[in-house]
Amino acid sequence: MEVIRSQKRTASNDVVSNPKIPLYLTAPPLEVRLEEFELFAIDRLRVLKGVSDGLARGKNPKEMDDVVDALWKEHMRHSDASEMLNKDIISHFVIRLVYCRSDELKKWFLSMETALFRHRFRLRNFEAQRAIVGEFGLPYKAVTGAELESLKERLGQVVRSLGQISPSVVNDICCVSVCFFSFLSFAVEAVYYKVPFEEVPDLVAGRRVLIQKGHAFVAGSQLVSLVVTQFRSHISKALILTNRKWMTTIREREKDRLTPIVEALSTTYVGPDYSQSNDYADISLKDIDQVSKSSFPLCMRHLFEKLREDHHLKHGGRMQLGLFLKGVGLKLDDALAFWRAEFSKKVGSERFDKEYAYGIRHNYGKEGKRTDYTPYACQKIISSAPGVGDHHGCPYRHFSEDNLRAALGRMGLSSRGMEDVMDKVRNKHYQLACTLTFEAVYGTSCDVGINHPNQYFEESQKILKSKTPAAPV
Amino acid sequence: MFITSEFTTARNLFPYTDIHKWLSYGHDGKHPGCDEYYFGRREFSFTLENDVYLRYKSFKSVSSLEHAIKSCFPYKIDIGAVYSVDPDKRHAYSQTGTNVFTPVERELVFDIDITDYDDVRYCCSGADVCSKCWPLMTVAIKVIHTSLKEDFGFKHILWVFSGRRGVHCWVCDPKARRMTNEQRSAVAEYFRVYKGNENNARKVALMGYSLHPFLARSYVDFLKGFFEGELQANQSIFSTKDKYDKILEMISDEDIQSELREKWEKSANRSSLSEEAISLVRWEQLKNTLQSKKHKAPTLRMCVEEIVFTFTYPRIDLEVSKQMNHLLKAPFCVHPKTGRVCVPIDPNNCDEFDPLAVPTLSQLIEEINSGGSKMDVDDDDDDDDTDTSLLGKSIKFFRSSFLEPLLKSCKEEIESSYKTKIGKSKDSFSW
Repeated sequence: MEVIRSQKRTASNDVVSNPKIPLYLTAPPLEVRLEEFELFAIDRLRVLKGVSDGLARGKNPKEMDDVVDALWKEHMRHSDASEMLNKDIISHFVIRLVYCRSDELKKWFLSMETALFRHRFRLRNFEAQRAIVGEFGLPYKAVTGAELESLKERLGQVVRSLGQISPSVVNDICCVSVCFFSFLSFAVEAVYYKVPFEEVPDLVAGRRVLIQKGHAFVAGSQLVSLVVTQFRSHISKALILTNRKWMTTIREREKDRLTPIVEALSTTYVGPDYSQSNDYADISLKDIDQVSKSSFPLCMRHLFEKLREDHHLKHGGRMQLGLFLKGVGLKLDDALAFWRAEFSKKVGSERFDKEYAYGIRHNYGKEGKRTDYTPYACQKIISSAPGVGDHHGCPYRHFSEDNLRAALGRMGLSSRGMEDVMDKVRNKHYQLACTLTFEAVYGTSCDVGINHPNQYFEESQKILKSKTPAAPV
Repeated sequence: MFITSEFTTARNLFPYTDIHKWLSYGHDGKHPGCDEYYFGRREFSFTLENDVYLRYKSFKSVSSLEHAIKSCFPYKIDIGAVYSVDPDKRHAYSQTGTNVFTPVERELVFDIDITDYDDVRYCCSGADVCSKCWPLMTVAIKVIHTSLKEDFGFKHILWVFSGRRGVHCWVCDPKARRMTNEQRSAVAEYFRVYKGNENNARKVALMGYSLHPFLARSYVDFLKGFFEGELQANQSIFSTKDKYDKILEMISDEDIQSELREKWEKSANRSSLSEEAISLVRWEQLKNTLQSKKHKAPTLRMCVEEIVFTFTYPRIDLEVSKQMNHLLKAPFCVHPKTGRVCVPIDPNNCDEFDPLAVPTLSQLIEEINSGGSKMDVDDDDDDDDTDTSLLGKSIKFFRSSFLEPLLKSCKEEIESSYKTKIGKSKDSFSW
């Protein structure tokens, strides 16, 4: 891709409303104006940030389809189809250059581009989807004849095990010819692809496919899983190569032209990760009990209380609470003292030093590969899987209704406030439930919405300090 | 807990050659296609007597492995992944560029521990295990083993007793060893049904109109029969109010709960039947009631199955399976608290396995002292039918059912991929 001054490009006859989704396999031989380099990238970043916000708010796949559709139309649309395609491709490669430069940036870019691809794919009709699958050059064939017959009964079981098919799902089943069947009964779809199970990990994890002798039988309507895995894998590899090229040649060569733009673009959009605590939030051990009651979100309060009660937490809980405390400003030495004081009541201080101190130091980047781990955001906590004896996870998701009500009662919610929160929980809007709790507890509104426990803590501290500036809160 | 002299015996009885052969996967240097450095890139970890934990140990050969174990005196040996470079030389390589220190192969592993079933076993809790609750492990092996073979197509699967209260599973097919973390996580989630802790009442939620074929097969072939037979006999899960209340709470309809509760409270004193018989009668009553009322709500549709799954379906430790760099105890170690050897379990005969009959270190020492077996099991006699010692049977099973078929298939793979490589380079020279 060559960056030059103004050039005219030839138009093509592509349909604007149903644009091609490029796979970004290789940088195309296009010419880009310097101004466009930056502007296209900013527009795409707006789309990616919108995707990130949507996911953080716990939107379901159908809602995300709409979000992506709206974002794309707002920022990436162009009356000329080939112009639109060029902007799509160019902006992707520019952002790739910007976001290949650290692990944190790479991870974010990979997640957002994959999500963007997934929802753009879902918005296409079946023919367009099959064309995209074809472009990946995957060798997987449709199952036919006697083999399909022998599988039909179990394929039917899989369809029925996935629950009620409601009208909204009809949009997801993009194969028009079986649309009616699926709407009215639990019929097996017309087309199934035989694919190695490794290629569709999310379908395997959700038991959404029949698996036999290492092959997964993927329905036409599930193709999105297959291509998203491929797409993700390709982008992940490409990021590594791009990073290498950046470090070895591009950064130096472009230091007077593109490099300053690239470096500026990356700081524009990474959301706060709370890995460095700010002045608001330095807590000391003597204040920690009080602060846990006044400013901790429910998930951390629960872990904290359980720790005080049982003098122990399992690994998941230690990670979730430990990193949160780090983000809140607890220094390593204080953290070690805090956990030791609790754990030694159960396992003894010697065992604590042998078995648990390492883990805490590891969280602070003092052991192993010395990564300074960042506190978990809500998305990560909600999608965790607390098991027997665990207390981590998101209470709005993982608690039974009774236990959640009791916990909210202890936080001081009125019965009306509680009903609003429970309503959000029933609709699986866990972060909105937490936001409503915040609003009820502090008597203020939180327009931005909670998407990180440390954000809850900081916002809470801001409010409390503004009320009583001197006293510790 | 462990006497150094006894553990010396353990270290002498450890089958170094067999373990080395296994973990070399055919790369024994005898074929030009072998990677002679393969074994040396495997991580081991040692736990020493004062809980000192040494990671990233690696060995170029079986003799250096044996030498290290006999001189460091570990009481636990864990096996990790095969890395891109020798683990003990990892600091020589930077974290960027092409020579990053990262895992490249690792068996797909599972860890099932009976303490995760404490809420459904009444005979023991915590670290204890007995003949009444061990069958939970047996049924877990059957369910998981069948799925690994039939659904995922894996062929080289090793099940090992963990020494006290659980089992480990090592899937060693090349495909399995090359799985990414994401794929491992997917398989672990596929196996996951129980989503419980003390904060939720209904820990198994089977949604939908039918069971997925994997769950249906597990239910029909293993779980139902086990629940209605052996489990009822051993645990009598309906015989007292405490016990049956727990089950009634899994039914999401209050009316049905009260109906059954009243019925059972009334019959509590009047019956002259045994605990087991009472349990069975109540189970039938529960099934009939649910069958007639299941249309009342979607959550009742598969309530019977949910109850069966809650009590019997395998509960694997997800974290162990998800990451390539997770270490797992080596087979044939001796468990420091029980003294039992971590012997392999035959998945096709797992009903016969009795954890309380597994040879202990003291038994092995006594056997040696009375001249009953050779001190050194570590030799190459594959057809040694005369070795009927306590440990000999396990070693023989390990070799014939697992190691030999595995090595045969590994060698075939090394040979065929070598031929392909040679073939390719021949073509590139064609004029």
